[in-house]
Amino acid sequence: MEIWVLLSFPLLGGLWLGATGQRAQAPLVNLLVSIATLGAAGFLAARVLQEGRVSAWDEQFVVDPFNVFLVGLTAFVGTTTAWFSRPYVRNEVQHGRLSASRLRLYHGMYQAFLFTLLVALTTNNLGLLWVAMEAATLTTVLLVSLYRTPASLEAAWKYFILCGVGIAQALFGTILLYFAAEKVLGEGGNALLWTHLAQVKGQLEPTIVSLAFVFLLVGYGTKVGLAPLHNWLPDAHAEGPTPISAVLSGLLLNVALYAVLRTKVLVDGALHQPFAGHLMMGFGVFSVAVAALFLMRQKDIKRLFAYSSIEHMGLMTFAFGMGGAVANFAGLLHMTMHSLTKSAIFFAVGHASQKSGTQLMAQIRGLIRTSPTIGWGLLLGALAILGMPPFGVFASEFLILTTAMHEQPWATPILLGALGVAFAAIFGKVQPMVFGPATGQRLPHPPAILPVFLHLTLVLILGLYLPPALAIWYRQAAALLG
Amino acid sequence: MSHWNPAPFAQQLLDLFASLLLLIAFAMLSQRRILTLIHLFAWQGLILTLSIADSAWLTHQPHLYYSAVLTLIIKVLILPLLLHRLIRRLDVVWDVETLINIPTTMLVGIGLVVFSFNLALPIAHFSSTILRNTLGIALASVLLSFMMMITRRKAVPQVIGFLALENGLFLAATSATYGMPMVVELGVALDVLVGMFIFGIFFFQIRETFDSLDIRHMEKLKEE
Repeated sequence: MEIWVLLSFPLLGGLWLGATGQRAQAPLVNLLVSIATLGAAGFLAARVLQEGRVSAWDEQFVVDPFNVFLVGLTAFVGTTTAWFSRPYVRNEVQHGRLSASRLRLYHGMYQAFLFTLLVALTTNNLGLLWVAMEAATLTTVLLVSLYRTPASLEAAWKYFILCGVGIAQALFGTILLYFAAEKVLGEGGNALLWTHLAQVKGQLEPTIVSLAFVFLLVGYGTKVGLAPLHNWLPDAHAEGPTPISAVLSGLLLNVALYAVLRTKVLVDGALHQPFAGHLMMGFGVFSVAVAALFLMRQKDIKRLFAYSSIEHMGLMTFAFGMGGAVANFAGLLHMTMHSLTKSAIFFAVGHASQKSGTQLMAQIRGLIRTSPTIGWGLLLGALAILGMPPFGVFASEFLILTTAMHEQPWATPILLGALGVAFAAIFGKVQPMVFGPATGQRLPHPPAILPVFLHLTLVLILGLYLPPALAIWYRQAAALLG
Repeated sequence: MSHWNPAPFAQQLLDLFASLLLLIAFAMLSQRRILTLIHLFAWQGLILTLSIADSAWLTHQPHLYYSAVLTLIIKVLILPLLLHRLIRRLDVVWDVETLINIPTTMLVGIGLVVFSFNLALPIAHFSSTILRNTLGIALASVLLSFMMMITRRKAVPQVIGFLALENGLFLAATSATYGMPMVVELGVALDVLVGMFIFGIFFFQIRETFDSLDIRHMEKLKEE
């Protein structure tokens, strides 16, 4: 029941906004629908924590402690982004960059995107998971090209083609997995249900399953933004509207990684050796290193933080690749911290670039003088994402690195080096934007500062003190990952 | 008195359809005219439909018949019609693309086929279904369509390559297994249709902005 309520809010909201999204109150409706979704997610989480697992529609949808945590995170960041999006789009309309019909498209697709993410997270059917992941691309591709500039069209085309081809590989992987499962579970709909697969994972044919995982990792890994499949990510982040950059970075990448993790559990069970883990660690470390090198060369502020997302997704993939209770716990914690921090940064970046009228970092100067809150938000956000204590990212990165020293010592110097390079690159670029002589102008609609500081405060609190209830929840989720 | 057993015949038909599908994938790889490309795509869809119907007959799986009907409606009727209308409205019906190095492309294509057969060999070995030969062919046509997307410089042929890739995946789904569950198949079909509409919108946006459907204009976003 709760699952249906959760899914119906963004679906109906999306349809409604698709029809009326050009009206003046549409940004507010968008926010209210998101808040309703967040409330439904809260009820669902409460029930899952009580009962351990909730299912619907003959187990086509199953929510357990692992995905309910991502459902909560998705609904929360979806809400704060809608909050930030309200003044953002009103300013864009005032600057003449968005017309009424595009606003309708934007608001309708925003809710449709949240709907596809929630379907992907709650479904138990690996085929439906694929359908929802593809639909998530379809809903956001027209948002990336919302401004219709040549660069944004190019970015959207690249996003569409690369993610489409990538996700086609994942469909092939899903077919192979179904092929392996059918022999054990018999033909029919049950052979793609994750809970059924997890029960018989030991009997799945190892050769088929390992090949299936390669295809699934490449497919969903394209959407995670793992190097060398990351090409679409910086462009899509930089050219679309900033609220979309925030949800792409904070939510879509997580959900894609979630898809990889669900299949990894099955593969580990079938193979009895860390084949999937090794692949993921390789991709993870490579992504961290590549992203760090590219970070130094960036001139566009949104591209800078897009590469930082690749770095952090790589770090998470590496953590989950190591596996084990501690690394999985650290990976989940890092997922949360990265989502909260990165979306907060994009909120600040969105307003900063609106104020300066450019995304080029060389022309954004003196934020702290023209608008102290945005300036501080950006500075604190950058420090948080760089893993400075006492922010929560420090705790999760520390856990990942110490576990790596024990279990995969070869990776530690690469990771440490990359994190150092990333620190120098990002801090060196953010500092002159925040301090220095001012260049910005006043915005017609006051920016939404609260979401930025709400996120950063949460990251700070979680860095200082992880409530025992939350820790137990994370541990339950980590246990599901094996 | 012995009954005529249709199974070996249907089995051979299935192999025939699969190889025809692969042949069309090769033809698409070297086809320069957009209109012919769309016709080839429709033929490929028809052969896929026949092959699914044949598997349904062979394995007595009623839901595969639905799947065949779905493929017929979407891949043979709706998508080619949409593509036709699109190229007429975009006025590129007689467009001819200059393809360089067709012989090399073909040779690489043959290499891909050999690679896919080798990859599928150990898996097909496990197949309990009688449809095992086709998995390698399906993978090969997926890779060929993938290659077609890489070698093309214009937007419409790239999209046709993308749709042909989906055909190969469906062949894989029906050849390796008895077809995916119906809910998944419907979902995939919906995604393909919505995707096609978005591609259509895109073509107009690209043309409006760049005055051409050439992807070469869209290679500005690069790392220095």
